[in-house]
Amino acid sequence: MKVRKYIYNKEGYAFLTPWLLGFILFTAVSMILSFYFSFTQYDVLTPPKWVGLRNYIDMAKDPRVHKSLQVTFTYVGLGVPLQVIFALFVAILLNRDRPGIRAYRAIYYLPSLFGGSVAVAILWRQVFNKEGLINQFLALLGVEGKNWIASPETALYTLIILLIWQFGSSMVIFLSGLKQISKEYYEAAMIDGAGRIRMLFSITLPLLTPLIFFNLVMGIINAFQAFTPAYIISGGTGAPVDSTLFYTLYLYIKGFQHFSMGYASALAWVLLVIISIMTALMFLLSRFWVHYEE
Amino acid sequence: MGEQNRSIVIYYLFVTLFALVMIYPLLWMASASFKEDIEIFQSPSLIPQNPTFKNYVYGWRGVSGYTFGRFLFNSFLISFIGIIANILSCSMAAFAFAKLDFRFRNIFFAIMMITLMLPFHVRLIPQYIIFNKMGWVDTFLPLTVPRFFATDGFFIFLLVQFMRNIPNEIMDAARIDGASALQIYARIMMPLSTPALVTVAIFTFIWTWNDFFSQMIYLSSPSKFTVSLALRMFVDATGESSWGALFAMSCVSLLPLFIIFIVFQRFLVEGIMMGSLKG
Repeated sequence: MKVRKYIYNKEGYAFLTPWLLGFILFTAVSMILSFYFSFTQYDVLTPPKWVGLRNYIDMAKDPRVHKSLQVTFTYVGLGVPLQVIFALFVAILLNRDRPGIRAYRAIYYLPSLFGGSVAVAILWRQVFNKEGLINQFLALLGVEGKNWIASPETALYTLIILLIWQFGSSMVIFLSGLKQISKEYYEAAMIDGAGRIRMLFSITLPLLTPLIFFNLVMGIINAFQAFTPAYIISGGTGAPVDSTLFYTLYLYIKGFQHFSMGYASALAWVLLVIISIMTALMFLLSRFWVHYEE
Repeated sequence: MGEQNRSIVIYYLFVTLFALVMIYPLLWMASASFKEDIEIFQSPSLIPQNPTFKNYVYGWRGVSGYTFGRFLFNSFLISFIGIIANILSCSMAAFAFAKLDFRFRNIFFAIMMITLMLPFHVRLIPQYIIFNKMGWVDTFLPLTVPRFFATDGFFIFLLVQFMRNIPNEIMDAARIDGASALQIYARIMMPLSTPALVTVAIFTFIWTWNDFFSQMIYLSSPSKFTVSLALRMFVDATGESSWGALFAMSCVSLLPLFIIFIVFQRFLVEGIMMGSLKG
C-alpha cells in the first residue's frame, strides 16, 4: 500500500491557522458554552446556576414560544416558496436576448440588495400604514384601507410580502441556470411538435430543479433567522399582540432585555435543531423531485 | 411580422409595468424625501409639488448630538476593516483548502461547510458574555476582530471554488523555481484571484452595511452608532412625526449600496452564482 505523503503539511496548517483559531475560539467554544448555559439559569451578573432541563420544560409551556413558532413557520412556510416561485417566474420572463433586458434584470434585483436594511424596514412601515402608500392608492379607487401594520391579522403578511419582494438573488441564480440549458433540447422538442407550455414543464422546470432546491434550502435557513424587519416594524416587541413575534425576536427579548441567558441559549439550540430537521427533511424529499444531470 | 411586433410591445409593456410596481416604494421614498411632511401622506405621486432639501438638512443633524456624517463614518469604518480582514483571512484558509495538501484537510473542510449552516444564535450568547467580560462591549472590536479569524465561512467556500479552477501547473512551476508556499500565495494566487476577492469585498460591505442585529447588541453609545442604529434611534426619537427627514436619511443610507451595485454589478452577479452553481 502506498503511504500518502502530505507535501504541504506544515504550510497547510500555517495557512489554516487563522480559520482554525477562529473555529475553536468563536464556534466550538461558544457552542459548547451555549449548550451548557441552556441547562442553567444565568443573568450574566451572577454565575450560572445548573437547573437541568428546566429551560426546555419551561419553553414547552411558554405561550410566547408557541406563538413565535407559529409566526415563524407561517413566515417561512408561506414566504420562502412564494419567493422562489416568483423568482422563477421573473427569471423565465427575463431570459431572452432582447435589447434593454439587462437593465430590467438590474431593476428587479434592487429590492434584494436593499431588502435587509433598516431603511427598507422603515419604508415598509410607512407603505402599510394607515396613511401609507397602499392606502393612498386604495383611496384613489374609493376604498378606505386599514392600518395593515397595526392589525394582528395582517401585520405578519406585510412581512411576508417584504420577503417575497426580495426575490432578486434567487432570480439571478435561476437566470444563470436557464442560460446553461442547451438549446438542442428545445429544438428537439420543437421537431416533436411540443408547445411552449409543454417545453416549460418537460424541459425547463425539470432541469432547474437542483436550483429550485438550492434556493428553497437557503431561503428556509435564512428566513428562520430573519430579525430586522420584525424588529423595526413592531418596535422591537413583536406587536401587535405578538403577531410579528419572530422566534429570533423572542430570543433577543429573552437574552438581551430580560437577561435570561440560559433560557435564550435553550431557544438558540432549539432553533438549531429545527433548522437541521428542516434541512434534512428537504434533502430526504429532494430525491423524489430533484433531477441531477449526469 | 405585424403580430410579432405586437407581441414584443406587449412584452415590454408588461415587463416595464411590473418593474415599476416592484420599485415603486423605493422611488416613492426617494421622492418623499424631497416633499414637505404633509404632502407625503396626501398623494402617492412621485413628483414633489415644492421640492425641498429641508428634510436632508434636518435629518443630517442626526440624533443625540452627532450628525449623520458620524454614523456614516462608523459604518464605513466597520465595513472597511471587515473587508480587509475577510480578504486576508478567508483567502488564506481558501488557499490551504484548495491548493495545499495536508492531513485532515477534508475533515476540516467538511467542518467548515457545516458551520455555514449553523444559525449564529447558538454562538451569540457565549460570544456576547466573553466580549462583555473582556470589556469589548460598546467598542467596534466584537464587530471586526472575529473577521480576522475567517469567521465568514461563505467567503472561504466562494474562494475555494475559484482557486480550484486555477491550474496547478502554475503552482508547480513556481515551486520548481524555489518559491515557498507564502510566495505562491502572495505573488500568484492572490493576484489571480482578484475577481473573487472583489466579490468578497462587495458582499462583506453589503452585509456589514445592512447588519442590524450584532451592531445593536454590541454598540450602545450614540457616538459609536452605525447608520442602521442611527435610523432605528431616529424612529424611536421622532416617532411618526418627521417622515420626510427619516426618508431622507434612509435614502442616504441606501446610496452607498446603490453606487456599489451600479459600479460592481458584474461581480455581484458572479458572487451570487458562485455561491450556488458550483456548490
